[in-house]
This record gives sequence, C-alpha cells and structure tokens, in this order.
Amino acid sequence: MKLKATLNLLIITLLLVGGATGCKKKLQRTTLLPGHVAAPVGDASPGGPILGELPPVDLAEGSGLDALNNGGIPLSNEDRSLWIEDRQTFAGETVYFDFDKSNVRPSEVAKIENVAALFKTLSGKALRIEGHCDERGTEEYNRALGERRALSVREYLITLGVNANDIETVSYGEDRPVDPSSNEQAWAANRRGEFVVLSPPGAN
Amino acid sequence: MSRSVCLFVLLLMSVWATLVGAPRAAAQAANEGVVTEMVDRYGFPPPIRVYVTGFSPALTDVMRTDLMFMGFTNVPQSQAEYVVRGTSGGGKVEARLIDAASNQQILGKAYTGSDERLLVHALSDDIAKNRTGRPGIARSRIAFRVDYVKGKHSEVFVADYDGFNAKPATSDKLWTVAPCWAGSGMLFYSTYHERGGPKIYYHQLSSGKRGMITPYGGSNISPAVSRDGTKIAMILSKGGSPDLYVADLNGGDLKRLTTTKESESSPCWGPDSRTIMFVSRASGRARLYTIPMTGGTMRPFLINNVPNVTEPDWSPDGKLIAFTTQYGGNFVINIAEYKPGASIQAVQIAAGEDPSWAGNSRALIVTRRNGDTKQLSLLDVPTKQTKTMPRISRSNSQPSWRK
Repeated sequence: MKLKATLNLLIITLLLVGGATGCKKKLQRTTLLPGHVAAPVGDASPGGPILGELPPVDLAEGSGLDALNNGGIPLSNEDRSLWIEDRQTFAGETVYFDFDKSNVRPSEVAKIENVAALFKTLSGKALRIEGHCDERGTEEYNRALGERRALSVREYLITLGVNANDIETVSYGEDRPVDPSSNEQAWAANRRGEFVVLSPPGAN
Repeated sequence: MSRSVCLFVLLLMSVWATLVGAPRAAAQAANEGVVTEMVDRYGFPPPIRVYVTGFSPALTDVMRTDLMFMGFTNVPQSQAEYVVRGTSGGGKVEARLIDAASNQQILGKAYTGSDERLLVHALSDDIAKNRTGRPGIARSRIAFRVDYVKGKHSEVFVADYDGFNAKPATSDKLWTVAPCWAGSGMLFYSTYHERGGPKIYYHQLSSGKRGMITPYGGSNISPAVSRDGTKIAMILSKGGSPDLYVADLNGGDLKRLTTTKESESSPCWGPDSRTIMFVSRASGRARLYTIPMTGGTMRPFLINNVPNVTEPDWSPDGKLIAFTTQYGGNFVINIAEYKPGASIQAVQIAAGEDPSWAGNSRALIVTRRNGDTKQLSLLDVPTKQTKTMPRISRSNSQPSWRK
C-alpha cells in the first residue's frame, strides 16, 4: 500500500561532519583550571545555534542571586581541595538511610552526636559528609538524593552546635558503593553518609 | 467454453492473490498491533516498509539502521512498499527510491566523498525527508559517558548517533558525568576532582577550551542547556538543598528557581526555551514539575499510572515527555503526552533509563543496565524497534543526543 503523501515541513538538515580528527593529547593528571584546554574534537558542523567563547564573569558570592532561602542552610564556597583527608576518625559513625529517603533515622542520631562532640574539639579542621545511594535509582536522581542525605546529616550537626561553614557535602550518587552486590544487605550498606575530617595543608 | 476459462483464470488469480497477499497482511497485522496505539494516541504514521539492496553489506546496515529510527521498518522485498536500490564504491554512493507497486522511481541521489558511511547517512536523510516530512537524523551526533573505573575514572565521548566514529572529548582521568549539548559544538558536564564536590564545566569542542561555571560548595550537577543555547539549568546544593537554578552559559546571572527542602533533579527544557521541566521529591516521591526560567511557582505535571518519574526529556516538537520509571532495580522508558491540565496516562515503551530525544521527536537513545555495566541503545518510540550500540570500555551511560 502506498503511504499517502504527508505535508512537507520546513527542515533544517545538519551539514556534513567535518571529519577532521583531533589528535589525542595525553593531559596531565592535575586539577582542572578554568580555561584548561582539552584536545580539540573535530566536529565543525554548524547545525543549531553557534555558541562562541564564553566571556568570563564575576562569580563572586551575591552576584545576581535570589536571596530566598526556605530553611536550607547555605554551604560555604571555600575550596578545600588541597586539604588532607582523614577517613579513620569517624569511620565507625557512618550514617545509614532508608530506601529513597534522606531523613536521619532515630537509630543513627547517636552517631551524629558522637561526631559533633568530637569534631567540636578539633580546632582548625573541617568536615566533609559524602552522601551515597544504592543502585535502585536513576543516576542523576541518585546524585541529588545522595546530596540531600549529606545535607540532612549536616543540618543535624548544625543543630548540635557545629559551625555550618565547617561542614561541606559531596554526593557520589550510586557511583561508589561499599558493596557492589545486588541484594538487600548490600543496598542497605550503600545508602550512607560518610564523615571525612579535613586538615589544612601544612597543619600537623 | 470461454466463460469457463475466464472463471478458471479468475479463480487462479484470486488463489494467487491470497497466497501472496496473506504473508504481507500477517506481517502488517503484527506490526500494526505494536504501532496502532502510537498511531492512534500520538499521531505517528504507520512505519513505512522498505527493502534496501545493492550497497556493500556494511553500508546496507548503515542505511537500514538509519531508516529504522526515521519512520521505516526493514522487510523482505516481497513486503516492501519501497525499494532502495543503492550502489557504492570508488568514492561514490548512489540510491534510487522505487515505489514497489508501480516500479516508479521516486527519488535518485548520488554523493561523492571519501567517507562512504557519511554519504549513506546523507542518502538516508534524503529518503526520510522525502517520505515522512520529519527531519533526518542520520548525520546527528551524540555525547555520552564512558566508565573506565567505577566511581573514579570516566570520560565524555562524542560519536555519530549510531555509535560509530566515537572519540573522547575528555581525557582527564577524573570522574566526569552527565554530558549535555549546548548548540552544535559545545558540551557541558559535571566533573569531580580528586577532592571536593562536582563542578559544572563548559567545553568548546572545536578548540578544546573549557571553563568552570559553578565555583560553589556542595554538588553542582545535572546541566541542561535550553534549545536556543542561551540558558543553562542546573541542580546546585549551595543553598543547603539540591535545588533548580538557571544561569547564562558562563554561569552569570544565576537565579535560584526552587527552595524546597527535598531534592530536585534532572532538569530539561521545552522547545520554547523558557519552560523547564524537572523532578522534585517535594511531595515525598519523585514527580514532574514545570517552572518558567524567569521564576515562579513550580507546577506539577502529574502522570496517573506510574509510581515515580525521573530523568525526563522533552521532545523537540514539544508534544511528548520521555522519562524513566524505577521499579526497585528495574528501569522502564515511558512516554507521556505533554498536555498540562489534562489527565495524563503514560505508555511503557521498553526497558531502559535516561532517555534523550533525537531531533525528529520519535527516536530516543537510552541506557540499559546489564548487571554491573551499562550500554547504550537506540529506541524508536512508535515501533519500539531497538538497536544496541557498540560499547566502549567498561560501561556507557548518560547519553545526550544533539538536537
């Protein structure tokens, strides 16, 4: 059977791919600096909006931000990427969560209290909470949920008197399970918030 | 005497017609069982039955794949509505589109060049444009994430939509996730350095120039750029909760759009480059909302028949939302019509997650999990035809189809 002719729509077809192969340079394994150059990828097709170089902008705190803050406690932007990590001090205080939830369970409160009590005695240090999920969610959903979990623990610490600016958060979503198995035990172990003590470089 | 002969001939003809027509009708009926819902509900035309012949085997496969995601199904010649007679070799590729019933040539095209795959893609686009009116996608490109070491080392790759000609865009040996296109030559993604939370970068592909646009504490994730390439939506936790923000592409003019206590995730843009659709757990479970990028109230987009909704993508023509439903470890691609205010029922299409629409608003690229690894797959929404892509290294996921 012939397909009846359909109305012709305006079509923009992509132009042919440039085909140039960018040479694959090995980049140093260092911190990405703004403006750091990656190897060019040859793909000169101009379909769609052509975006030029992005102009630099002042990203200082407070520039054009919406000041509404409905209960969330803002995070410090301090860059502690060169600080020294200690995962041992609070290794036994990892906080666990229910599936698809970020609230702090009553069973976990004692551990957070332990962390607060000891951390408040460590002057000059910071605390990072790393939030994780089990594999039964989608990737970006889990990335956000892991962050929400870390923030929940942080909020609890703040109510216990820890300085908000001393606590930073990271989410790894489902990317770093402690147990890669697919069973309830593994999943429960993976839904967690871990504490990392950070010391400034050069401190003892 | 002659009357008997006439009747006999007529009888022979009707028997012959039944014998030839029956398999054709059966195949058609089976096909229509799959597509009827799509045709009736969403207005997709029935797939066009095509037979491709004459090219080398490799190039035949290229065109057959192209057509599968542009409104066609590949059938034996006896069942075809159209036959594509191709020739290839010596730097020239040629195709004639023939109407099977009348044997009339509808279209004849030839291309010369060194990259025969690309030339066949161009022919596929011509055929699709001629027969369906929808834009061709055979020469479109994708970006995706390749995992080398889980949770530690991943890179962003760029490839033809069918997975060929894949090239790394990054080689930082860091953990980089969630690439998305901006215009035709720029990517955004989120990178974890060895310490600290993920930060969002822009990456100009032609020059390799990059810059970080979110120097904030917490996690800066899930970039999504508007269709007109002027704004970026992101999930930032700098305010104390993972919330939806929008900014210029260099991160300037940052505006916070949500202030919920729960997490937001996975923003995507409507074709108006003004409306953002995203997931929020504000109600206690994952649901879709829309909000204008200028700010305002988040408006629920409720879908009745699914327990949760994550990772939406809005079709370029604005009509459909593709999304993922998670069922305790199983992930399913669903489609729902975008009709705010109407009672919306989603349709399950196939196993998979994290869909990204093709520019023709009918094909998707999705991720499929296989145990601990992930692989990309093409999926034609109306016909549910799929094709698994070749996998690079350990795991491939988070595809973004350049529109």
